[in-house]
Amino acid sequence: MSLVHKPDPMLPRRYRVRRAWTELADATSMDLTPVDGEAAAFQPGQFNMLYVFGVGEIAISISGNPAEPERLIHTTRSVGAVSAALNSLREGDMLGVRGPFGSSWPVAAETGRHIVFVAGGLGLAPLRPAIYHVLEHRQRYASLTLVYGARSPDELLYADEIKAWKSRFDTEVDVTVDHAGSAWTGRVGVVTTCLDRALAGLDPATVSAFLCGPEIMMRFSVMNLADAGVPPDRVWISMERNMKCAIGFCGHCQFGPDFVCRDGPVFRHDHVAELLSMKEI
Amino acid sequence: MRIHGIEEILSEHPVFKAFDKETLELLGGCARNEHFRAGDRIFAEGDSADKVFLLRKGDVAVEIATSERAPIIVETLHPGDVLGWSWMVPPYRHMSDARAMTEIRAISLGAVCTRQKCDESPVLGYRMFQHLLPHMATRVRVLRLQLLDLYGPKEG
Repeated sequence: MSLVHKPDPMLPRRYRVRRAWTELADATSMDLTPVDGEAAAFQPGQFNMLYVFGVGEIAISISGNPAEPERLIHTTRSVGAVSAALNSLREGDMLGVRGPFGSSWPVAAETGRHIVFVAGGLGLAPLRPAIYHVLEHRQRYASLTLVYGARSPDELLYADEIKAWKSRFDTEVDVTVDHAGSAWTGRVGVVTTCLDRALAGLDPATVSAFLCGPEIMMRFSVMNLADAGVPPDRVWISMERNMKCAIGFCGHCQFGPDFVCRDGPVFRHDHVAELLSMKEI
Repeated sequence: MRIHGIEEILSEHPVFKAFDKETLELLGGCARNEHFRAGDRIFAEGDSADKVFLLRKGDVAVEIATSERAPIIVETLHPGDVLGWSWMVPPYRHMSDARAMTEIRAISLGAVCTRQKCDESPVLGYRMFQHLLPHMATRVRVLRLQLLDLYGPKEG
């Protein structure tokens, strides 16, 4: 019997907002620091439960660099009472944090392969830690491509960072938006239109793909990847469900035989492919 | 320097690469090289759709404008794409504007000439249908996804 004390996963730790900044009209990023002790290490793709005292708790993916766990960054879009309260927190404000929880993007195991990230909207936030990992160990991978789709040019998340990635000689970045004004010089269309171009010239057997965004976007992107010949066991997606306890106990995020909080949010696509095609699951 | 004939250039376009030499020669009679500078209007809404453009180089913005607001780019097209389908459907009028975002090189097929050749040769007409329809179907699927406004905020 182990006598090692494990922290209670249901007990939030106190963190303070070190810095908060606006990303988009309805999305904010926060850099958090623990009141006591060190910030917990995390894997790319994992999430924390963020608790705004007196308002409520929600699951938010960690969007910072896993190599710098002391800078705990989350990006949140205001869509309800808790997320709006989170986005109203300012430097010095306190909140509760439980986590990190869930499965992670297995990028570290995919060395030597062509890495393709496909992100839609705020889906870039959960993928960013994996992108950081690949960029930091770029020489271990055959190539790195990011295909990113957003609603409009004003709603491109991490726009400055995307620009910096685009300027690297060892990284391909393809950005597309659903609609744009005449001043836009990039692509207009959905991410699937960029995927064929991203995969052109690559041996599909050597591609590993990581997708995060609206489920319909992921479903169609996975179809494109499959049509191009990317092996089904080399495609991972991140699922989003209503997570409450974060430890597979309450059942709120049940997805077929899995709990998204415990068995996900990152799933190998062939594990959930059948469920993804079911209506209203 | 080797000069490429128009049939050869046509045969390099994804839509026509499966066409045999004879068919390409037939279509070549309706084809001409086109060049636009960045910013040029390729066609405007309401214009007669007298050509279809097979893009070889450059990016095109398909725009819709209203009197109340600035033009919106609803789609961009790129090398290998086909610009314009109104040439196939009466009353043969463009339903949007097309603007060159960059320098454009393309092959155009004259609409009347191509339709006439298809009328004379149902085999050619069927081949055009076989090869252009998948391109159009892909574009319709993409536009459907755009209509869903996937990246808009969800209730929660």
